[in-house]
Amino acid sequence: MAAITGARRRREPLPVWRWVVLILAAVFFLLPLIVALRFAGLKAFGSVVSQSGFTSSLGLSVRLAVITTVITIALMLPTTVYVHLRLPGLRRLLEGITILPIVIPPVVLIVGVLQIAPGSLKSTSYLLALEYVVLAMPFAYRAIDAGLRALDLKTIVEASSSLGASWSSTLLRVLLPNLTTALLSAVVLTVALVLGEYTMASLALYQTFPVWIYVNSQTSGQVSVAASLLSLFVTWLFLMAITMAGTRRSRKTGGGSVTLFTVARQETRGN
Amino acid sequence: MTTNTTSNVAADGTRQTAGIRGTSVVLQNLNRTFGSTRALDGLSIEIAPGELVALLGPSGCGKTTALRILAGFETADTGSVLVDGKDISSVPAAKRDMGMVFQGYSLFPNMSALDNVAFGLRMRKVAAGGRRKRASDLLDMVGLAAQARQYAHQLSGGQQQRVALARALAIEPRVLLLDEPLSALDAKVRLQLREQIRTLQQRLGTTTLFVTHDQEEALSMADRVGVMQQGKLEQIAAPDELYTDPATAFVAEFVGVMNRIPGELQAGGRVSALGSTVPVRGQSPEETPVDVLVRPEGLTMQVVENGNGIVTTRTFLGSVTRVGVQLSGDVAVQVDKPSSEAAALAPGASVSVSLPAQPVLVAPRQTP
Repeated sequence: MAAITGARRRREPLPVWRWVVLILAAVFFLLPLIVALRFAGLKAFGSVVSQSGFTSSLGLSVRLAVITTVITIALMLPTTVYVHLRLPGLRRLLEGITILPIVIPPVVLIVGVLQIAPGSLKSTSYLLALEYVVLAMPFAYRAIDAGLRALDLKTIVEASSSLGASWSSTLLRVLLPNLTTALLSAVVLTVALVLGEYTMASLALYQTFPVWIYVNSQTSGQVSVAASLLSLFVTWLFLMAITMAGTRRSRKTGGGSVTLFTVARQETRGN
Repeated sequence: MTTNTTSNVAADGTRQTAGIRGTSVVLQNLNRTFGSTRALDGLSIEIAPGELVALLGPSGCGKTTALRILAGFETADTGSVLVDGKDISSVPAAKRDMGMVFQGYSLFPNMSALDNVAFGLRMRKVAAGGRRKRASDLLDMVGLAAQARQYAHQLSGGQQQRVALARALAIEPRVLLLDEPLSALDAKVRLQLREQIRTLQQRLGTTTLFVTHDQEEALSMADRVGVMQQGKLEQIAAPDELYTDPATAFVAEFVGVMNRIPGELQAGGRVSALGSTVPVRGQSPEETPVDVLVRPEGLTMQVVENGNGIVTTRTFLGSVTRVGVQLSGDVAVQVDKPSSEAAALAPGASVSVSLPAQPVLVAPRQTP
């Protein structure tokens, strides 16, 4: 360890300011977690699970994450592929449209929707899922767009059809396997978004996991802090799993690693 | 490639050809407009069974459009495409049975070389064992048996194009379409692959349309070369005929090196230049300011005192040496001489350049 550090120091000395930034960032991000952990105490974690509403709210959040992800991918993948192939001129417009949900505050979105949504939809979890689809759109679009840009889409699609593949075969056997990295990025972002969203859920009166944590904090501070930490940890584990799975798979085929907005293609070895 | 591979090709090739030999292709009066650009302007080409025809021309001449219409990726505004006498205009690309090799690397990144080659067979519902066998045979044929398990990113550009060629041939295509498959490769690999494609194509007897902007590639590989300009076919002929007997000034200058020497039209279909008068070959133009077109090996040159030109450059090309000569009237020409006779032609030497006695091609004078 010491030898490695020594070698690195000789090669490229770390400037002081880099350490300052690192330490400041670490304090900024880790201190609240440590304080929260000390406040909650280890015992609180055990009682989180037995609290009323824990299972149902976590279940609702996971269900929302799944529904949102499925709808988002089903909607955005064909759209983005189609735009890339047939309407490349519309790419800028689509980029502009997909940025809108970030620009418009969630409060505005949900209040407007609640005014006009039919009652039958309001009573199901699908209303919130549909709202989340809108929120996830910018992230999903950018992830898929980056993945498609890394492919020579037109050539690959034409090669596939000249070999006798139908449209569905091309999509399933050629495009989808080459977009796994991009799709995983889209899934990671969508899931993270849904598991952490509070404003819309609380305004639409759903008790999702973040809402439950807040409500719970009114009665038992320690348990609610433990629940937040748990949710943070579970989300983090989930995202790590997706990212690692994606990276291992794409390394085999030269697809680069899963990063949120860039799916870099590996260079070909010369001629 | 090794001799070993070539002999494999021979053995394999003859076995596989029986069913595929004999597809004819006719492009009939194809027209295609993109916006205000006429990509194809009444293009007609007939390709005989087993023939390799190259379409040659500057970028934007319509050659790629012609190939893509044959492949089914574009549609012609008017005109028809006949394969074995049947109009296939309404047949989608996936059902045309045409193997295509693209300019860009087109291997599917998620599949190994072997799976890439087997893909077309898989789409044709060939059983797993059969397609693996055939794919291995084809990889062997292009000399890449050892790379079967590798992915596109692990292969060099030349290897990728060879896998793409094997993949296109695996489906026993009725027609093989090559869309500038070598232009992304470096010179040495290009030369090797050129020979390999030609050898394979001849062994398999697959009717092939090859699009390129590289005249050397077209002349060295094709049975016949079609030279295109602005959506029109200027001339289609065997490579040697194209070189020695170009139909138009465009072909003459696009293929090989051509000198332009100002001349004057005379009565009786003759033209005078460099102090001699010779017959005009073909139709002589109406306009009077004309240039005589002569290849470097067509001009004769002697070292003389006070000749009509001064040697400016001398380039050794092996058996011949190309000599640059500045003629009076600010005309520069190139003349080929056997290298054994070029010793006296040092820059600065005074020479006399004259026309051959044969009929020459003339073209309206180009104003620089």
